[in-house]
Amino acid sequence: MEMQKLYLLVPLAPLIGAMIAGLFCRIIPRWVAHTATIAGVAIAFIASVIIFKDVLAGNTYNGAVYTWLTSGEYKFEVGFLIDTLTTTMMLVVTFVSLMVHIYTIGYMQEDPGYNRFFSYISLFTFSMLMLVMSNNFMQLFFGWEAVGLVSYLLIGFWYTRPTAIFANMKAFLVNRVGDFGFILGIGLVLAFTGSLDYATVFERAPGLVDTTINLFAGREWATVSLMTATCICLFIGAMGKSAQVPLHVWLPDSMEGPTPISALIHAATMVTAGIFMVARMSPLFELSTTALSFVIVIGAITALFMGFLGIIQNDIKRVVAYSTLSQLGYMTVALGASAYSVAIFHLMTHAFFKALLFLGAGSVIIGMHHDQDIRNMGGLRKYMPITWITSLVGSLALIGTPFMSGFYSKDSIIEAVAMSHIPGAGFAYFSVLAGVFVTAFYSFRMYFLVFHGEERFGKAHDAHHHDHDGDHDDEETSHDHHHGLAPGQKPHETPWVVTLPLVLLAIPSVVIGFIAIGPMVFGDYFKGVIFIDHHAHPAMEHLAEEFHGAAAMGIHALTSLPFILALSGVVVSWFFYMKRPDIPAAIQRRFSALHTLLENKYYFDKFNEVVFAGGARLLGKVFWRGGDVAIIDGLIVNGSAKVVGWISSITRLFQTGYVYHYAFTMIIGVFVLMTLWINRA
Amino acid sequence: MSTYPLLSLAIWIPIFAGLVVLATGGDRNASLARVLALAGAVAAFLVTIPLWTGFDTANGGMQFVELGAWIPRFNINYHLGVDGISMLFVILNAFVTIIVVAAGWEVIQTKVSQYNAAFLIMSGLMNGIFTSLDGILFYVFFEASLIPLYLIIGVWGGPKRVYAAFKFFLYTLFGSLLFLIALMYLFIQSGGSFSILEWHKLPIALGAQVWLFLAFLVAFAVKVPMWPVHTWLPDAHVEAPTGGSIVLAAIALKLGAYGFLRFSLPILPDASHELSGLVIALSLIAVVYIGFVALVQEDMKKLVAYSSIAHMGFVTLGFFMFSPMGVEGALVQMVSHGFVSGAMFFCIGVMYDRVHSRQIADYGGVVNKMPKFAALFMLFTMANAGLPATSGFVGEFMVILGAVKFNFWVAFAAASSMVIGAAYSLWMYKRVIFGDVANHHVEELSDINLREFAILGILAIATLWMGLYPQPFTEVMHASVNDLLRHVAISKIQ
Repeated sequence: MEMQKLYLLVPLAPLIGAMIAGLFCRIIPRWVAHTATIAGVAIAFIASVIIFKDVLAGNTYNGAVYTWLTSGEYKFEVGFLIDTLTTTMMLVVTFVSLMVHIYTIGYMQEDPGYNRFFSYISLFTFSMLMLVMSNNFMQLFFGWEAVGLVSYLLIGFWYTRPTAIFANMKAFLVNRVGDFGFILGIGLVLAFTGSLDYATVFERAPGLVDTTINLFAGREWATVSLMTATCICLFIGAMGKSAQVPLHVWLPDSMEGPTPISALIHAATMVTAGIFMVARMSPLFELSTTALSFVIVIGAITALFMGFLGIIQNDIKRVVAYSTLSQLGYMTVALGASAYSVAIFHLMTHAFFKALLFLGAGSVIIGMHHDQDIRNMGGLRKYMPITWITSLVGSLALIGTPFMSGFYSKDSIIEAVAMSHIPGAGFAYFSVLAGVFVTAFYSFRMYFLVFHGEERFGKAHDAHHHDHDGDHDDEETSHDHHHGLAPGQKPHETPWVVTLPLVLLAIPSVVIGFIAIGPMVFGDYFKGVIFIDHHAHPAMEHLAEEFHGAAAMGIHALTSLPFILALSGVVVSWFFYMKRPDIPAAIQRRFSALHTLLENKYYFDKFNEVVFAGGARLLGKVFWRGGDVAIIDGLIVNGSAKVVGWISSITRLFQTGYVYHYAFTMIIGVFVLMTLWINRA
Repeated sequence: MSTYPLLSLAIWIPIFAGLVVLATGGDRNASLARVLALAGAVAAFLVTIPLWTGFDTANGGMQFVELGAWIPRFNINYHLGVDGISMLFVILNAFVTIIVVAAGWEVIQTKVSQYNAAFLIMSGLMNGIFTSLDGILFYVFFEASLIPLYLIIGVWGGPKRVYAAFKFFLYTLFGSLLFLIALMYLFIQSGGSFSILEWHKLPIALGAQVWLFLAFLVAFAVKVPMWPVHTWLPDAHVEAPTGGSIVLAAIALKLGAYGFLRFSLPILPDASHELSGLVIALSLIAVVYIGFVALVQEDMKKLVAYSSIAHMGFVTLGFFMFSPMGVEGALVQMVSHGFVSGAMFFCIGVMYDRVHSRQIADYGGVVNKMPKFAALFMLFTMANAGLPATSGFVGEFMVILGAVKFNFWVAFAAASSMVIGAAYSLWMYKRVIFGDVANHHVEELSDINLREFAILGILAIATLWMGLYPQPFTEVMHASVNDLLRHVAISKIQ
């Protein structure tokens, strides 16, 4: 009983904090807002730790809090499922959220929306916790949409900027496209298993493995496996939330939001909800190899092609954003290879080092007085030592330096894909390998340009304002209170509220992989939570056979291909951007067509704008002007009114108002009647 | 159970209060008229509370029944009663009346007593519709309720109010005439009874059922409104004063949908099954086609009016899938739409009162001047887009989930509203609320006052309550909906 109260406390504490800071945001002073919300999240974190220990001791929980709705034979409940997967997510969410809360005190110091911002990020923490703690699809969808709402509010936090309010609407709508698939998937689950409760659904699903649904009655070719259809529909939801191609377009634009939320929502937690969801649904996805192939191919495309885009970005946040997209692709590939535990493992390590990188970028932005262009930076390590070291740690973790957290998770993904034999795994293996080089290259390109080399700040820098030629909507990117450093002015290290979270995030970025890989990926940690059909998808089993401890894995890696690729990525970027800066410029000129393609982000945005946004507006105009106004109103409604008017205008002719006309008509009438009467015989 | 004639009170208290308000005369007593109107509306609401508290959720039949002879020569009775389907609408109607009276408090400065009286009388008449169990009684209320609304649009409306009022009146009258003919036919067939409950048991041949169904369909489809007889609604909304729009959206649109459940489905089960494809097709057109139309509207009220039609598409879709999820989802959607669209129209009214424009292009950056308003408007916009934790989600969720079981492609089309609905709602919100202050009108805006805040606050609580805990709302429906569906499953052809 006591534990159940604790479960409830975890989401409610941040909610209460959010309500205090939000409902009274105009009345309370700033310290109340940040104290209340930080206290709420801290309580949630501590409670999560206690619950984590309790779960490790074997006390899992699955139960309802209240009945949301009953209808017919269906029952929808709000409830919690507490197991190792949940607690892992709870720890990640509350820890990163706590760091971001503290960091925000420094980052949003000068912003008039201070209290509102704290309210939003606490509300986000609540929503995300409800999502991961759910024991059913309905509540999952609730949390799913709620985090989307908060993301919407936060991307558009600076609501007077045209780019921000465009980006937040875009984010919401693209996510809704994903949710469209998601809700159909949920509908299929309900229709065929009769429940939305995870435990019940997973129990009944194996019995439905041979069930097919016919999409067009009577057509042989339209018959698909129920599980394939369900899993693909659910995965479309994950594609929206976790920004997989082609629903990735919203994530780079989401960088319009303040940096703390880029770290919390658009790197560490919300965007990984899709990964979490698929891992949670492993008993369903394991039943459809077709769906897994779909997953692995989408993930591979995202991992590699979004990485390429990171190379040409000059906005510090956008480099990290494309890196996030690419890493989300890695996680998705892991899911497709049935390496769910590896995906969650990478989710966790990525949450730490990517939050670190984002917050580091934010620290740089503060130091640079809100200049985000890496071409205006350089040599910052002298002025911002803590930010420099922690960012280096984050970058090393990201590219998979042996013994650091990112290495263990990323290397496991690569190995798992190598062992997977489902269709698409070959392509995925190539992508994730090539991605290693790309990741190392763009990460260290940014690192060198920001922290090393010539000091380029403090000069006139108008040029870059018009640099984002490819994307119109970006032109005013975050330059609203963009001042940059005045000539002669030097960057400065940020206050302790900013650097403390960096240090606290740097620690797990280094060590968590070494500690956790044994139990989490190869041990019994996820036993009974993640289900793998080892017969059909034996990758994880093979992988476990080759695992001989974290230390051995690190040593072995020093001679392996991924390490060589990562190392060469770093060296090449050093050579290009430190030694011979003329080379990248030459390459850009030489391959200008390719550069234009990347600059325009493969034209996804243009295509969506013209085809979907433009098409919808055109369709609306046609339906409205053509259908409603012209045909229904013009022809039918006003038309029948006109016909009535026309008939009455004729009949009106008989009513002249002259007595002799009427008398004459009467006489004719009487005459006709009499004639008829006389002749009736 | 109460011994008081609660349903009669729910009908006649507002009508009586309306007459009293009317008696206060000209605008010299305007403040008295307002206070009396509010008192009447509150009293009328209070008498509906026992309907909820005293409701027997296990009983699917009629409760709080009142029966007395009215015109014995034609066997017409004053026969009232509510079941789990109609009870919520009586309460919703009484609730909305309070909102409407409060909404016109400072805004309406001419013909105050007449204005308030019209709303009170209409409220009583509409309670009559929801509670009538006699065909003629239903018809009288159904027609009589047109008159106050016609006057509200025609007298207190915008520049094209006369065109709109006529269009509204003729459209609905046209539907009603076919309805009356159908009632006459049933009277004769049943051997001289106007009892709706007896008609439920009346065996009718399939051919006759189809004709009756079509007559009912025209009458109810105009009211809902369904595509393609919906074009009166945007005009009526645009011209109506804020209060008129609220009542129109929150209650009047529910009358047609209610008619389907009270007449079409139980009296004509075979025709309902036979023609369900037609109704579902029209519903999906409403959801998709009207959604796109809403997207390109330049007038905020028109946009919300079109979005109402799209939302009502979910209601008719839910009914004709003949499953508990579908019907209950549709009923939830009806109640939710009462809160949400009422609130949306009120929000637009708040801005209109200040700027005197409903054009989206005349706004921009309202949040800078009206932050409190912007926050509440955001909530209702999101509810309109069907965001979970708001009432707007519950009904759509149930209907879509029910539809997947019914037919995947029907669900597919219905679920597209997740995207389209979000697109038109958020795009409007973005253009009106966000951004820099667009012009001097926006610059001069003042945030909502206490009265406006209270109205929106109450509606916000209702919206959230229903979104977070809809169980109490559906609990009262179960028995009646199950009875209805069992009844509809049995053929009446002999």
